Amino acid sequence: MQDLLYFFQQLVNGLTIGSTYALIAIGYTMVYGIIGMINFAHGEIYMIGAYTALITITGLATLGVTWLPLVLIVALICAMIVSSAMGWAVERVAYRPVRGRHRLIPLISAIGMSIFLQNYVHLAQGSRNIGFPALIHGGFTFGSSDTFQAQISYMQITIFITTLICMTALSVFISRSRTGRACRAVSQDLGMANLLGIDTNRIISATFVIGAALAAVAGLLLGMYYGSIDPLFGFIAGLKAFTAAVLGGIGSIPGAMLGGLILGVGESMTSGYLSGEYKDVVSFGLLILILLFKPTGLLGKPEVEKI
Amino acid sequence: MLEVQNLSMRFGGLLAVDQVSLDVQEREIVSIIGPNGAGKTTVFNCMSGFYRPTGGKILFQGKEIQGKPDYKISRLGMVRTFQHVRLFNSMTVVENLLVAQHRHLNTNLIAGLLKTPNYREREKKSLERARYWLERVGLIDLANRESGNLAYGQQRRLEIARCMVTEPRLLMLDEPAAGLNPAETKDLNQLIVSLKEDYNVSVVLIEHDMSLVMDISDRINVINQGRPLASGKPEEIRNNDDVIKAYLGEA
Amino acid sequence: MAANNVRHAFFSALITLIISYPILGLNLEAQGISVTLTGADTSTVIAIFIAVIVVFVFQLFRERLMDRVRELPFLSARAHKEPMAENKRAKIESWVITGIVVLALFWPFFVSRGAVDLATLVLIYIMLALGLNVVVGLAGLLDLGYVAFYAVGAYTFALLAQYADFSFWMALPVGACLAALFGLVLGFPVLRLRGDYLAIVTLGFGEIIRILLNNWTTLTGGPNGIGGIPDPTLFGMEFGRRVKGEGNTSFHDTFGIAYSGEHKVIFLYLIALVLAVFTAMVIRRFMRMPVGRAWEALREDEIAARSLGLSRTAVKLSAFTIGAFFAGFSGTVFASKQGFISPESFVFLESAIVLAIVVLGGMGSQIGVILAAIAVTILPELAREFSEYRMLIFGAAMVLMMVWRPQGLMPMRRIHIELNRQE
Repeated sequence: MQDLLYFFQQLVNGLTIGSTYALIAIGYTMVYGIIGMINFAHGEIYMIGAYTALITITGLATLGVTWLPLVLIVALICAMIVSSAMGWAVERVAYRPVRGRHRLIPLISAIGMSIFLQNYVHLAQGSRNIGFPALIHGGFTFGSSDTFQAQISYMQITIFITTLICMTALSVFISRSRTGRACRAVSQDLGMANLLGIDTNRIISATFVIGAALAAVAGLLLGMYYGSIDPLFGFIAGLKAFTAAVLGGIGSIPGAMLGGLILGVGESMTSGYLSGEYKDVVSFGLLILILLFKPTGLLGKPEVEKI
Repeated sequence: MLEVQNLSMRFGGLLAVDQVSLDVQEREIVSIIGPNGAGKTTVFNCMSGFYRPTGGKILFQGKEIQGKPDYKISRLGMVRTFQHVRLFNSMTVVENLLVAQHRHLNTNLIAGLLKTPNYREREKKSLERARYWLERVGLIDLANRESGNLAYGQQRRLEIARCMVTEPRLLMLDEPAAGLNPAETKDLNQLIVSLKEDYNVSVVLIEHDMSLVMDISDRINVINQGRPLASGKPEEIRNNDDVIKAYLGEA
Repeated sequence: MAANNVRHAFFSALITLIISYPILGLNLEAQGISVTLTGADTSTVIAIFIAVIVVFVFQLFRERLMDRVRELPFLSARAHKEPMAENKRAKIESWVITGIVVLALFWPFFVSRGAVDLATLVLIYIMLALGLNVVVGLAGLLDLGYVAFYAVGAYTFALLAQYADFSFWMALPVGACLAALFGLVLGFPVLRLRGDYLAIVTLGFGEIIRILLNNWTTLTGGPNGIGGIPDPTLFGMEFGRRVKGEGNTSFHDTFGIAYSGEHKVIFLYLIALVLAVFTAMVIRRFMRMPVGRAWEALREDEIAARSLGLSRTAVKLSAFTIGAFFAGFSGTVFASKQGFISPESFVFLESAIVLAIVVLGGMGSQIGVILAAIAVTILPELAREFSEYRMLIFGAAMVLMMVWRPQGLMPMRRIHIELNRQE
């Protein structure tokens, strides 16, 4: 019973982390699906989302606003706006001018952007990690108190529900809205979509904005969940999310969701049963193995080399 | 020399090539023609090892080669050009020709660092061969230009020269006349014939320029929608009702 | 059209404001466990608004400005400049290089110890960058975990010295070869991957190595690192005040001069110089060999290269392994220079710095890479207040280089090959 509860606890923790990875992974997968590049700076956009959320929360507290739903919603909106603007600007400045050049060039530009943004926040906000208030307390507890107790916190439930809402909204948007349909058209064939009169530049910008907004949501959620943030925390999270995107099949949105959850559970099982230090080794090892044996991921479509 | 038997290639639900057969004898020019999207280039890609065919056999000099990696097939003496010219654009014209002769580079690593006499001899020979072919295709004056800066017709000729320095037995040309003007096409015509006559190379040709095809081919295979439609000597093909229908029906 | 311009300019200015004000204008400060928010000082706020106005004006008059810039005399003059005669240029270049090496040989005797120490570091970066240049610049493989091979070299020396009493000269080839072996083993499976996947996998590999070094405490000492790495010796002569190794003599006793700490620093510098020159020469030779052309061919057009009989795996693997070899090589020198190493020296940032050097120098160009290594290492030292902004500027420079001048400051020059014609 105790072992089962312990396992259950790891599973819940894993699914929580995994669903936020999935939110970040969407940004990688959508951009890759449309212009075939890895947006290295995406992890930094997520980090900026977390910082903006913390700034908003602190600002509201200074102003005396303490009603929790209002604080959360305002923080969420501000984080989404700033991250989206950042995503838009990054695409405009660093990626659009190099689109269509040799594949190394956009990639290096993206790495440069990632380094730039990391240091931008570092210089503005300092390099030390800053405590993020855990606004949502409490939870459900299972098991007797003298042995192991499993807990599902309200925070974890919030993360699940928010992720679910975002994913549903995204699927509806992609399948129903005009922009969503245009997105799919552009990811099928950019040149053709252009000929058909779709403003591909606008669609690519939209992709970056949507990805950035979802990353900002993840930034707020993970900030609260971990309890502290620093300018470097986007980098590793970005790498994890990218792993999730590849695991699920890059370019596929359900794949990103699935990949995120698998990666999250894998990591928390490693921490729970082996050692927390090696969880990154496990996820990067997983990434290497997937790329070697199934480069198209779990739900990705096989690519035919064009000659 | 080359025998393709019942070659099939399926991409997911699409059967791009269905039971295509053809054969090439020594010193022969065989053309593959057919409407756009008929699967001609896919046949090439299977023959040259870029795709692993889903069915059928390819025999080169009596040995099965289907599914072998591309670079190994090329080393056997089957070399190809591409529909859209593929040069090493930022490298010079000579360097393009030198690279083509570098298939056994791993054995050269130490020898090259020490510049052994054997290594120098080989380098000299490669250079000599490059010079010969540059003169042959009339690009000698452009030897140190970056190949990406050449005119289109020159790039086409360089691509053929690059194949020839590897001393192939069989040359596969994918639409070599596309984008050339009539004078250049005439030169190309003579070049291909000379490759066969003077260098004992067999040629498989994909081409849309019918006058070129009819003029130089020993035999022609027609493919339509992935399936073989007809094959025979040029005059037979010219008068084949099915072929006329396929082409006119398309137009 | 004009209205459209105004709208676009306004939008751009608004975006600039959104991305700069919350992050730059409002500072989070941790006081104990509570966090407070303070506004930035007035100058920052003014700077933000100036930036916003600049963006607005620039976007408003963008087209006209760009036309003006294109007409600038020096830009158009350069576009039409005739290249210098090939052999003349090669001659000048070889004189310049010889001059620099001779200068580099004698200069440490006239400057301060700190300067020599810094110069040694520059040389280590030059070796690293020359090695990475093979992988990224010539073969077109983006390796973001390059620092892992550097770590392999450094740790090999440290461990061999600790457990097996290896000297620098014995460890140097071992470290380099072991790093090359790592490159080979990692490269064999992953080099089949497409370029961008390769970047991520190497990045992951770099992190794995670092985490292992950090956590395998029994072997590597974990975050505490390994100290007491011996200095190099010159024919059995040591540069310390007291002789440590058995059968060794000390440098100052042998020559009957007074002991000075500077001898060791200069000696280390000279070793690094010799090894850097060696690295440059070997790689230069590789570039002119079949294997070097094969690297470039594969970078230019992989499909065409394969169709000509080049094995993709063999060519890529050779580049990757040679790159790793030189990383291990410089790692050994680094360990010896520092005398102490810990995982902190082998973070992703180091890979990024070396990559920045390669990108700034002009991918493929050796002289460019050497100059960039000097600039990137020395500039932050010269202006201390500027060193905070170092990585910020690197990042921005990488983006700008890719946008405006992807061939780098000194693009690689093609080697002119004379063909003797038979008339």
